Amino acid sequence: MAEEIQKFKVSIDGIAIEVDPGTTILNAARQIGGDIVPPAMCYYSKLEGSGGKCRTCLVKVSKGSEKDPRPMPKLVASCRTTVMDGMEVQNITSPDVVDARKAVVEMLLINHPLDCPVCDQAGECKLQDLGYEHGAVNTRYEFERRTFDRVDLGDKIQLHMNRCILCYRCVFTANQLTGKREHGILYRGDHAEISTYIENALDHDFIGNVIDVCPVGALTDKTFRFKNRVWFTKPVDAHRDCPTCSGKVTLWYKGTDVIRVTGRKDEYDEVDEFICNTCRFEKKHTDDWVLEHPTNVSDQSVIASNHYHAFNPPAVIQENPQLKEANVEQLARSEKLK
Amino acid sequence: MGRKLLLEHIHVPGINTLAVYREKGGYRAVEKALKTMSPEDVVEEVKKSGLRGRGGAGFPTGMKWSFLAKPEGVPRYLVCNGDESEPGTFKDRYLMNNIPHALIEGMIVSSYALGANTSYIYIRGEMMPQIRIIENAIQEAKAAGWLGKNILGTGYDLEIYVQPGGGAYICGEETALLESLEGKRGNPRIKPPFPAVAGLYGCPTVVNNVESIAATVPIVNDGGEEYAKIGIERSTGTKLISASGNLVKPGVYEIEMGLPVEEFIFSDEYCGGIANGKRLKAVVAGGSSVPILPANLITKTINGNPRLMTYESLADGGFVSGTAMGSGGFIAFDEDQCIVRNTWNYTRFYRHESCGQCSPCREGTGWMEKLLYKIESGNGSLADIDLLWDIQRRIEGNTICPLGDAAAWPVAAAIRHFRDEFEWHILNPGESQQRNYGLAHYADPLEPVTQ
Ligand SMILES: Cc1cc2nc3c(=O)[nH]c(=O)nc-3n(C[C@H](O)[C@H](O)[C@H](O)COP(=O)(O)O)c2cc1C
Ligand code: SF4
Ligand code: SF4
Ligand code: FES
Repeated sequence: MAEEIQKFKVSIDGIAIEVDPGTTILNAARQIGGDIVPPAMCYYSKLEGSGGKCRTCLVKVSKGSEKDPRPMPKLVASCRTTVMDGMEVQNITSPDVVDARKAVVEMLLINHPLDCPVCDQAGECKLQDLGYEHGAVNTRYEFERRTFDRVDLGDKIQLHMNRCILCYRCVFTANQLTGKREHGILYRGDHAEISTYIENALDHDFIGNVIDVCPVGALTDKTFRFKNRVWFTKPVDAHRDCPTCSGKVTLWYKGTDVIRVTGRKDEYDEVDEFICNTCRFEKKHTDDWVLEHPTNVSDQSVIASNHYHAFNPPAVIQENPQLKEANVEQLARSEKLK
Repeated sequence: MGRKLLLEHIHVPGINTLAVYREKGGYRAVEKALKTMSPEDVVEEVKKSGLRGRGGAGFPTGMKWSFLAKPEGVPRYLVCNGDESEPGTFKDRYLMNNIPHALIEGMIVSSYALGANTSYIYIRGEMMPQIRIIENAIQEAKAAGWLGKNILGTGYDLEIYVQPGGGAYICGEETALLESLEGKRGNPRIKPPFPAVAGLYGCPTVVNNVESIAATVPIVNDGGEEYAKIGIERSTGTKLISASGNLVKPGVYEIEMGLPVEEFIFSDEYCGGIANGKRLKAVVAGGSSVPILPANLITKTINGNPRLMTYESLADGGFVSGTAMGSGGFIAFDEDQCIVRNTWNYTRFYRHESCGQCSPCREGTGWMEKLLYKIESGNGSLADIDLLWDIQRRIEGNTICPLGDAAAWPVAAAIRHFRDEFEWHILNPGESQQRNYGLAHYADPLEPVTQ
């Protein structure tokens, strides 16, 4: 008989949960869900070694554990701190945490332009959400921001460092998925830059995933860049028999055209499975895919907000009864919103 | 005259050679430790000595050693931190330069205590002369049988390697140092795990400062209790102080812990007072990251007790009216020095040296630098002082490593104790603009950074 693993009790903002030892505070909070989940800009559960850097997920540990109930002296990064039995954590219930998060947002926005209206990531940007929830209306920063020229990392990916928040996610992705390290961070501090080794192109079957992991609009898909606003598109889950990856993707429709292909993302904006470049960049016809159903999009998301336009099911997918049914359901929902 | 344990023979000609170092009693500690003591005995003596780390944080060395994990079949490492980058601190290079064998001897004794068979001395890359001197000393020691296989026939093996660093302040932070030693970018690691459990190449590792390691020699020779008799309270032994600034005799001094700060500054045995007959305005007592104190608070605590050169006394008053021992970088400012400009200069350094992993440190240090420059150059407003205060407050405590704090503290202390000087710059823009301290050759921090 398998030995029963002893679970750790932890409470976050007063909500108790039992989790496996070794679980981080952030993941414990994600198991509870809702507003008490700290925001995470640099942590990415699929990337080893990620987290700890951006400091958006700071929380207060008001009781260390049952054995040692002392509070921790400083706020801790919830994405890298594991729970102890009896730990009590404060997230949105702690004024210190809210203040620190405001500070982090302010710092992140110093060198990140507020050009959401023309940024490709608008509508899918976690920094935008974070700024909205924690930012101040006015900036206290009056100096010139750093600016960079755009760089093409190969023919399909463009980097615009102006928007980069140095979360290291793309670096971890490139290192861990491609095995050949030619992408990293140059220089230090606020002059640090994402770069490839002497402006190399990044060419690897899975390199397109750096676009999906980038939490802001610094890395963009050149086959989609500025073709459309995400809230005018309709995401549909689909798959194909791919020799390289799982082939499970989200297709982003504009009318009857597939204008973008991405990995499928969960509610924390992390892809379920990394997909290959062929699926991402080269399969842009409905014929290439077996359609499943419209992507589940949270009602809160701007991606959902314009669906009542697109909800008259586009011609190409009418053949799929399952999809049609789901469409009707969503149509009804969006009708209510009108 | 204060007793000297590390620098006793510093003026003996040829003390940098093995022969003269031996003549003066060198390598007795190795013989004693390896032949008559178990590794645990050595750890015990270091514990008894009360020695605290001389690299800045002041953590008890013996306790740190006893935390070292000892899993079977896994090597353990001792890494000597010779990065010495804290502005105002130059004692380690002085020691390495003049008595290199004191460090090598300490390395052997400490490695033995920790059960390490391979040890590294990480030295800042710019210190090429010291790197050569230390390498040379290792060769001499090895040729004489103090290093290598089966040292003194005791069955103990040890190799010591010197690793030049890339020349980044952040590589002095122990986990960044380990990353750098492994050949990676010197970014601090997120703790836990601590190096004592998973350090160099994932193996249990102790990182110690040059001076801490050298101090194990007199501890082994004379016993921990004897060492602990020097100094007071939890500040035992002697401490190397690198004194700079407007002093009559700047330099590296070995003091007995407990020496009154006033005596250190004004007596002829040490700094000999303030240069050019000027008055003392302020002191940074432990390297640029510790809070600056005005003259009235550096010689006496807020309760009117004489301030002593000890960890406790310097910290008396916390960060409100006290400071810290830090790495022992003692910088004195006379009445003509501008605190705003000086703070700007420090912040320039921290901005440049931030590794850039944490958002508050990466962005906040740059912001502080620009504001300080704005104020210093006579273009500031009174609101900028409060803004500066707020920014440092929001960096402190919110970062991965203490560099964020190191950048915040000097700004906080300067505003706390010298707010009127910030205000003067703002209220007298014409005058402050005319004070051209040769700023012309500095890059204008308000220009966008391009590399
Ligand atoms: C930003 C930063 C820079 C540091 N630089 C040095 C250094 O140059 N030399 C040093 O010995 N310790 C330095 N330290 C402290 C080390 O992290 C570590 O605490 C020390 O080497 C431990 O040795 P000790 O216990 O003997 O003091 C630095 C710490 C920080 C946060
Ligand atoms: S480019 Fe994007 S993913 Fe990469 S470090 Fe910058 S913000 Fe993060
Ligand atoms: S505090 Fe500064 S130096 Fe330390 S890890 Fe963070 S960014 Fe790097
Ligand atoms: S998500 Fe935890 S520090 Fe970035």
